[in-house]
Amino acid sequence: MIRFENICRDFKVGDETVHALKDVNQHIEAGEYASIMGPSGSGKSTLLNVLGLLDTPNSGHYWLNGRDVSKLPDDDLAATRHEIIGFVFQSFHLIQRMTALENVELPMVLAGIAPAERQDRARQMLCKTGLESRMSHRPDQLSGGQRQRVAIARSIVMEPKVLLADEPTGNLDSQSGKEVLDILEELHADGLTLILVTHDPVIGQRSHLHLRMTDGIIKAERQHLQRQPEDNGDAPS
Amino acid sequence: MRLPDRNHMAIAAVVRYPLRSSMLLVAIAIGVAAVLVLTSLGEGARLYVTSQFNSMGTHLLFVTPGKNEVGGLGGMAGSLGGSPRPFTLGDVRSLKRSPYISSTTPMVMGTANINYQGLERDIGVLGTTHTMKRLFEYEVKSGRFLPELDLDNASPVCVIGDTIARELFGTAEPVGKWVRIGDRRVRVIGWLEQGGQSGGRDLDEAVFVPIAFAMQVYNRESVQRMMVEATSDESLVKAKRDVIGIIKARHFGHEDITVMDQGTILSTFNKIFLVLTSTLAGIAAISLAVAGTLIMNVMLVAVSQRTAEIGLLKALGARRSQIIGLFLTEATLLSSLGAVVGVLVGYASIELLRQLVPLVDFQAPDWAVISAVLMAIASGLLFGIMPARHAADLDPVEALAGR
Repeated sequence: MIRFENICRDFKVGDETVHALKDVNQHIEAGEYASIMGPSGSGKSTLLNVLGLLDTPNSGHYWLNGRDVSKLPDDDLAATRHEIIGFVFQSFHLIQRMTALENVELPMVLAGIAPAERQDRARQMLCKTGLESRMSHRPDQLSGGQRQRVAIARSIVMEPKVLLADEPTGNLDSQSGKEVLDILEELHADGLTLILVTHDPVIGQRSHLHLRMTDGIIKAERQHLQRQPEDNGDAPS
Repeated sequence: MRLPDRNHMAIAAVVRYPLRSSMLLVAIAIGVAAVLVLTSLGEGARLYVTSQFNSMGTHLLFVTPGKNEVGGLGGMAGSLGGSPRPFTLGDVRSLKRSPYISSTTPMVMGTANINYQGLERDIGVLGTTHTMKRLFEYEVKSGRFLPELDLDNASPVCVIGDTIARELFGTAEPVGKWVRIGDRRVRVIGWLEQGGQSGGRDLDEAVFVPIAFAMQVYNRESVQRMMVEATSDESLVKAKRDVIGIIKARHFGHEDITVMDQGTILSTFNKIFLVLTSTLAGIAAISLAVAGTLIMNVMLVAVSQRTAEIGLLKALGARRSQIIGLFLTEATLLSSLGAVVGVLVGYASIELLRQLVPLVDFQAPDWAVISAVLMAIASGLLFGIMPARHAADLDPVEALAGR
């Protein structure tokens, strides 16, 4: 699904060049559950931005869904984001003047989908995240956990292949954090590739692929690799 | 992205920031209203002058001595430059030969001192004939206008304007009294109704006397100008040809007069007023240009207010063109609304002007209204481009972080 080949990303800060990503090679399989961990300034945000096509690497190749996307022009990047990637942010990024339903509709508005279909799909997604009774509430009338669930509904409404979550529980209390994480993991169980940036080692431990970042370098560790076949074996298919 | 959705989002953004939106609206509205009001002044002045001319009847020719090659208004002042050949009563009389001319009204103008029982003042004297009353539709308050006399009958009678009648006679009846004009005794035979301006002269301050009498007072052999009335609109051209032909024959082949019809004079006035009105429109348009830069400013603020939202739209896969489209729609929406408000305010102000000055028919010409609205909308588009591109060029990562 995702393959990084010698990805470098440098920033110029004053006279100094900061190497946020140093020659990163990494692949993430379709349907995998990965977590990115590391201290502040280790490059994990940059990694997520490059993964999400919000930022482009200075050198190297990024293969997403079988296509080299490291040198695409802006509009193609936008289109690829639109089709393949869903974002969940720490601070939700909901539009305050819009209701929950309208917020979830937004990606479909950009896609030019007709209102009837749009509302239908947005309602389904909000039901999926347990917000049946909150559809016409505006973000300021919702709790943090509910806001994040609206954001998750929005991120999956275009049926992406990869979901990037940047500290999705960072602004939430532990109870609503757990609910949000449950929903994300459910989505992963349904086949979505889930990539999570987190500070919380407990959350990190739940993923199958641990990417630990220090000074622009990834140390990858696959856990529960043995458990995954077991799970698959258990499920009669 | 569907058009209704784009409009909907733009409207939502306009409604979301009422202060910003209303300030921009006001700026554009002022610009548009200024164009309407200023052009209505010019247009009102034009219509006023036109109506003044039309009050004289429609098939008139204005004849002045001296040949004016350019035509136009200069001919009116031809008498000032000293005419090459005097324009005599004989010339006037000879024009009666033409079947296309129904009347001739010669004029001699000057100032003189009028005196009644020790009260005296300076007045404008207008020597003319009885036909003047019909041409200018004068109303007589008491007595009568100048009688039909032979052109060279210097009968010592006069008709006085309203102001002069009040100043010399107070509440007494002026008709039948004898006054002194210059060193001659003249009997007042008529008192004109208050008339304000007519034909460019202040009627209330004028004294009308027979043409021959005025020529004696001013000791001159010629008339200063003449109005020739054609028998109908259709015969105007023939009447003009006859006037030129007859006078030329009498002046030994010299075509030394200028003949203008009302159309020529009106079109000259129209040209002058069009220039005036366009100049006013141009000045007002500057305020629209200023409003345009305000649009740019306000839209830049809008972009920075919504940086995070733009970042989100980009993360959700909005293309460059979509973001530009959103902000351009917003700018155009604001400027169109401003234009509509401006048109309403402009028309309301013009209505107010009409109430204040009922004499003048103030109205903004259609071309001014249309071009003001188009210019407002165009400036919204034009000045919206830069901020919209600025929004589309934002780095998504930075924008999401709200920077």
